[in-house]
Amino acid sequence: MPSSPISPRSPNSMGRGVKFLLPLLAALSTSAAAETLGDTESGAKIFARDCAQCHMVGPDAQNRIGPNLNSVYGRRAGGIDGFQYSKSMIRMGADGMDWTLERLDAYIENPRALVSDTRMSYRGLKDPTQRHDLMAYLRNYSDSPQNIPEAEPTALRTAPDLGPALSPEILALQGDPEYGAYLSAECTTCHLRDGSAAGIPSITNWPADDFVAAMHAYKSKLRPHAVMQMMAGRLSNEEIAALAAYYAIIQN
Amino acid sequence: MALSRRIFLSTLTATLAAPMVMAQTGKPRVVVVGGGAGGATIARYLAKDSKGALDVVLIEPARTYYTCFFSNLYLGGFQTYESLGHSYGKLATEYGINVVQDYAVGVDRDAKSVTLASGTTLSYDRLVLSPGIDFVENAVPGWSTAAQHIMPHAYKGGSQTQLLQAQMAAMPQGGTFAMVAPPNPYRCPPGPYERISMVAHHFKTNNPTAKILLIDPKETYSKQALFEEGWNIHYPGMITRIGPDMGGGVIEVRPDTMEIVVDGEAEKVDVCNVIPAQRAGNIAAIAGVTDGNWAPVHPDSMLSKADENIYVLGDATNQGDMPKSGFSANSQAKVAANHIRGALTGSTVFPAKYSNTCWSLIAPDDGVKVGASYEPTAEKIASVESFVSQTGEDAALRKATYEESLGWYAGITTDMFG
Ligand SMILES: Cc1cc2nc3c(=O)[nH]c(=O)nc-3n(C[C@H](O)[C@H](O)[C@H](O)COP(=O)(O)OP(=O)(O)OC[C@H]3O[C@@H](n4cnc5c(N)ncnc54)[C@H](O)[C@@H]3O)c2cc1C
Repeated sequence: MPSSPISPRSPNSMGRGVKFLLPLLAALSTSAAAETLGDTESGAKIFARDCAQCHMVGPDAQNRIGPNLNSVYGRRAGGIDGFQYSKSMIRMGADGMDWTLERLDAYIENPRALVSDTRMSYRGLKDPTQRHDLMAYLRNYSDSPQNIPEAEPTALRTAPDLGPALSPEILALQGDPEYGAYLSAECTTCHLRDGSAAGIPSITNWPADDFVAAMHAYKSKLRPHAVMQMMAGRLSNEEIAALAAYYAIIQN
Repeated sequence: MALSRRIFLSTLTATLAAPMVMAQTGKPRVVVVGGGAGGATIARYLAKDSKGALDVVLIEPARTYYTCFFSNLYLGGFQTYESLGHSYGKLATEYGINVVQDYAVGVDRDAKSVTLASGTTLSYDRLVLSPGIDFVENAVPGWSTAAQHIMPHAYKGGSQTQLLQAQMAAMPQGGTFAMVAPPNPYRCPPGPYERISMVAHHFKTNNPTAKILLIDPKETYSKQALFEEGWNIHYPGMITRIGPDMGGGVIEVRPDTMEIVVDGEAEKVDVCNVIPAQRAGNIAAIAGVTDGNWAPVHPDSMLSKADENIYVLGDATNQGDMPKSGFSANSQAKVAANHIRGALTGSTVFPAKYSNTCWSLIAPDDGVKVGASYEPTAEKIASVESFVSQTGEDAALRKATYEESLGWYAGITTDMFG
């Protein structure tokens, strides 16, 4: 990818010492791009090695020992008319199981863990990298989200932008909503509880993870806004978690 | 072809309708071509968030922008034509954007300037192209834009939509309405099918013995199960879809005799809505930023892959997984605005996050939606999570979904035009 003309958030502009540089760059590189599912070329080889004896994929694919795998993403389990599936596969389909990314991942890892009596005699692919490469290869033969927006995703979601100060430990903190209710008095001076948002944004029912990420971004001055930088600046990690827990669940 | 500065200054006083454009402010200038979902949004965000630090110029030939979104609801009788129109007045008066009513005809990338139909040349520091779509020539044999007054596409906003509405209203009792649906990719994936629903609703009330023929080159389409379920419930027997297996991909139209020829067989119809294959609006190819039919962009910024001073937004782009929709164009505009301000004013550039939701109305109070969120990967804007309404949902949920769409329309048009 050719370089773009500006480098987002150059470390210098943060006005911090060299010590800060490494973790910041690490955080940036993870937040810059979502992860693709895997390497389709490697996936093609795995398909040839492990799957092609029974399954076909591509323009002329037909059902053989196994069903063809075109449009498998989003397909109802046992969903090809006239193909002889196992009883358990048909039952899964009747119960509403569609082939999502997560389910295909689980099924390829250990088929019988998902569908007890599946006819697919495959021991499973334990290596997650290989599995994701295979899934990336297969994904190319299913609906494109550009044309069918509801089609299964083509990449793995990244964690919300954490900012330099935010670690997984902080995100995992379980806040105490009661403490949050107490602390929220400081917020309600400006932010109306009923969710109306004239002039000041509503923070009512904000999902907790987004709330925590936003407060830490103010705290680290990654987000602009002098008042919010000040307010968030003196909240501890636990206090932010508590506020987030409270605001995520309040009813009007 | 770029005019020299001297010529440019002398034509200025003679021909320029909006003299503000030429004022030498010394500020970095962003020229935005196209005042639609992408262009109006980015002009507004650039002006609003840079607080006067940027000189923002918006070039758009129309005085009023008529949205394509909700134009199907106008066909169904749920919206007035007037409600689709939005003026650029506030962008000029409240946001200080120089709105130039003109048409961009040339881009000189070396000189960093845009030439307008009036002959004026405008220099830029960054150029944003959001020209929407044009149609691929000869995509439907027998049809060309010269025939659009007989067989309207109604796939760009404005008078075409009115024409199609008038033809529907004038259709004889028991007549046949045909639609030729486009191949992928095209703007608004559920758009043709929402239109079929709204046309059917109109006929159910006004012309109950009318027939609708949908000729479709695609095997599957967005929200298919939802539309088919809704058509069976609300409009039983009225709609026939001819998919590619039945010859829906091999079609010819004869505007002179109002015939369509499917798989070699001619049939006379009363109204024919031809939605041809699409490509980026002409100016993108003129600027040399297209590869094939669309303009490739970097997924983290909407910056053209061909020129680091040009951004492309909305339907005209090839970006990856986002559908061509007003919501997408609006979402992309905010990412690009953030990036441009970072480049020109040094403001913070936040990571790109995109989203889209498309609502469709199937019948009164029967609304459905599809949506996804997207993140840039190294190669493209990739879908990372998606959702869609389910078949068999109860009436209350469908009504709530429809009402949500009214809120969205109010929201996005405010986000575009202030
Ligand atoms: C029937 C229908 C229903 C739809 N429903 C929805 C919906 O419910 N939700 C949704 O999100 N999307 C919907 N869409 C899609 C949506 O309208 C488009 O995706 C969106 O408008 C794209 O924005 P854009 O900025 O790329 O182009 P546009 O909005 O088309 O704007 C392009 C503008 O550029 C101008 N222009 C072109 N060339 C030049 C030039 N050379 N110089 C100056 N100006 C120029 C044009 O006059 C136009 O105003 C629908 C579309 C249709 C057809």
